Amino acid sequence: MAATTDTAQHNESGVTLPVLKREKLILNDRSYHWITDRICGIVENKQPFLWWLMFIPASLIALIGVGGGLFHLVSTGVGVWGNTNRVMWGWPIVNFVFWIGIGHAGTLISAILFLTRQNWRTSINRAAEAMTIFAVMCAGIFPAFHVGRVWFAWFLAPIPNANGIWQNFKSPLLWDVFAVSTYFTVSLIFWFLGMVPDLATIRDRCKPGIRKVLYGIFALGWRGGNRQWSHYEMAYLLLAALATPLVLSVHSVVSFDFATSVVPGWHTTIFPPYFVAGAIFGGFAMVLTIMIPARFIYGLQDLITMKHIDNMGKIILLTGTIVGYAYLMELFVAFYSGAIYEMDAFKFRIAGPYWWAYAMMMSCNVLSPQIFWFKACRENLWIVMIVCMCVNVGMWFERFVIIVTTLARMWLPGDWKTFSPSGQDQMLFVGTIGMFLALFLLFLRFLPCINIAEVKWTKLESDPHFDDNEAQPDAGAENIAAYQKETATDKI
Amino acid sequence: MSNTRKRVYGYLAEFKSASALYKAAAKVRDAGFRKWDCYTPYPVHGLDDAMGLKRSILPWFVFFGGITGCATGFALAYTTQVVIYPTVVQAKPTNIFTIPAFFPVLFELTILFSAFTVLFGLLGLIQLPRLNHPLFASKQFHRATDDGFFIAIEARDAKFSPEGTRDLLAEIGGDNIELVEEEEN
Repeated sequence: MAATTDTAQHNESGVTLPVLKREKLILNDRSYHWITDRICGIVENKQPFLWWLMFIPASLIALIGVGGGLFHLVSTGVGVWGNTNRVMWGWPIVNFVFWIGIGHAGTLISAILFLTRQNWRTSINRAAEAMTIFAVMCAGIFPAFHVGRVWFAWFLAPIPNANGIWQNFKSPLLWDVFAVSTYFTVSLIFWFLGMVPDLATIRDRCKPGIRKVLYGIFALGWRGGNRQWSHYEMAYLLLAALATPLVLSVHSVVSFDFATSVVPGWHTTIFPPYFVAGAIFGGFAMVLTIMIPARFIYGLQDLITMKHIDNMGKIILLTGTIVGYAYLMELFVAFYSGAIYEMDAFKFRIAGPYWWAYAMMMSCNVLSPQIFWFKACRENLWIVMIVCMCVNVGMWFERFVIIVTTLARMWLPGDWKTFSPSGQDQMLFVGTIGMFLALFLLFLRFLPCINIAEVKWTKLESDPHFDDNEAQPDAGAENIAAYQKETATDKI
Repeated sequence: MSNTRKRVYGYLAEFKSASALYKAAAKVRDAGFRKWDCYTPYPVHGLDDAMGLKRSILPWFVFFGGITGCATGFALAYTTQVVIYPTVVQAKPTNIFTIPAFFPVLFELTILFSAFTVLFGLLGLIQLPRLNHPLFASKQFHRATDDGFFIAIEARDAKFSPEGTRDLLAEIGGDNIELVEEEEN
C-alpha cells in the first residue's frame, strides 16, 4: 500500500522500467466541491445514531466524574484523594502527565510535520490539534486541584499579592506553570488560526440566520484573497516554527519536575528526551484511537486513507522503540552507576509489589507496537486499534510506574507505603476520559474536523503549473534520466 | 430601493482552474493594476509572484515580539528573585548567576509573546476581523471558499474603467464577469 509501481515509458531499447509513484493522499480523484461537501456535511447534517450513543454516556460520565468528583473534593478537602503521606503526588500527577503527553501529538503533527513538508498531515492535523486542546484541559484539572485549596490556585501566577511573597522561579514546578499555560495558549492560537478559512467555508454555505452570524464572527470575515493567504501562510509557518521547540520543551519541563529532584529513579538526564518520545508515542496512539472510528462513522475513507494510518503506525513503531530503548537504558545506567539506591529503585520497580504495572508498561509500550513491523498489521484496522488501545493503557502505566513506585520507596524506610487510589481518584480520572470524549464529539459536531483548505491544496491540479508540461520548451523530449538509460542498456 | 444609492466596488470574474487563474493574474499585474486580488479556496503557491506581491513582513513583527517576551521574562524573574524577594533554595544563588535557572521561563515567554504577535500581527496585516465586505454581495462569491477561483479588480484602482477592465477580464479568460456594487447608507 505504501508505494505502488507504475510502468514507465518504453525507452528506445524497449525495456520497461518501473518507476515509484507517490500514493495519492485523496483517493478516487474527488473534486474540490466533494471535499467541501463531505467535511461541511458532518457539521450541517444530523448526527448519526452512533454519535448520540457515544456523546450521552461520555457527557454523563464527565458530569458525574469531573463535576461531581471535583465538587466532593472541594467541599470535603483534598484528603479524599488516596495521596498518602509519601506518595503525595499519587494518582493526580500520574493523570496530569498522562493527559499532557496525549496532547503532544497534535502540535507535533501540525508543526513538525508541517516544517518537514509531510503533506499527509493535512487530513489529520485539525483533529489532532483539537485533541491537544482537550487533553491539556483534562491535564490542567489535576495540578490545579492538587494544590489543595483550589481557590488559592492563583498563587501560581506571578502577580503581586498581599503577602509580598513571589514564586520561586528556580523551581521546575513554576516552569511547569509557564510551559503548560504557554502550550495551551499557543496550541489554541494555532488551532483557531488554522480553522479560520474553513469556518469561512461553512459560513458561506449557511443560510442566513444565527448559525451564519456565529460562524461569520469566528471566520473573522475571511475572504480567501491571495493578499490574505500570503500573510496567512507566513503566519502559519511562523507558528509552526514556534510550536516545534515549544512542544519539545513542554514535556522536557514536565520531566524536570522529576529529573531535578535527588530521588533514585528520577534523577536521570535521559528523562527529557524519554518523556518527549513517550508523549509523541502516546499522542499518536490516541489520534488513531479516535480518528479510525470517526473516519468510519463519517465516511472519510477517501481523505484519511490507509496511507495515513500506515504512516502513523510507522511513527508509533519508531517512537515505541525509542521508548523501549529509554527503558532499557535506564536499567543499564542504574546498573552501571554502581549506586545501590539507584539499583534498588529499579529492582523494586521490576520485582516489587508493583511488578504488574511494570510488566503492563513493558508489554504495552515496547512489545505491542513491534507488530507494526509487518505491513499486514498496519493495514488491518482491528489490529491497529488494539495496539493503540494497548499503547494508551501502557502510557498511563508508564507514568504510574515512574511516579508511584518511586515515591513509595524513598530514602526513609519509615515513609514506605503502598499506594492505592481512592474511589474519588478513580472517579475523577474516568470523568476526564468522559470529558475528553464529549469535547471531541462536540468538536466533530460543530467544527470542520479536517482542514478543508489544506486537503484541497494536496490535489495535483491545485498546483498552478500542473498542466504546463505542453508549454515547456522541452515538451515531447525523451522523458528518461541518464541513469535509467544506463540500466536499460545493461539489461540488453 | 428608493433612497439606497449604490457604489461600484469593482469587477469579479471567475476562472476555471488554479492554473488559469495563475496565468490571468500575471496579465492583470502586467496591465499595471494595483488594487485587485485573487480569491482561491486554498493558498495557491506561486500566486504571490504572479500578482507581484512582496514577501510578508510578519516575521519582523514576530522577531520584536519574541525579544519583548524574552525581556519580559528576564525582568519578571530577575526582579522578583534577585531584587524584591531573594530566597536561597536548593543552594542556588540569588544574583546574576541565577540566570540559568530562569531559562525555561525566558523561553516560554519568548514563544508566548511571539505567538501573540503572529496572531495580532496577522490580523492587522490582513485587516481582519471585519463583519462585512462588498464582495459578499456577489451571488457567486461564496464559491471562493469552496471551488471557485476569482479575480476582483476594484473600481478605486487608477486604471479601472467600466468597459476596459471588463474587456481585459474577458480577454484573459474570465467567466461570469460581474459588476459588484455595495450599498451606501
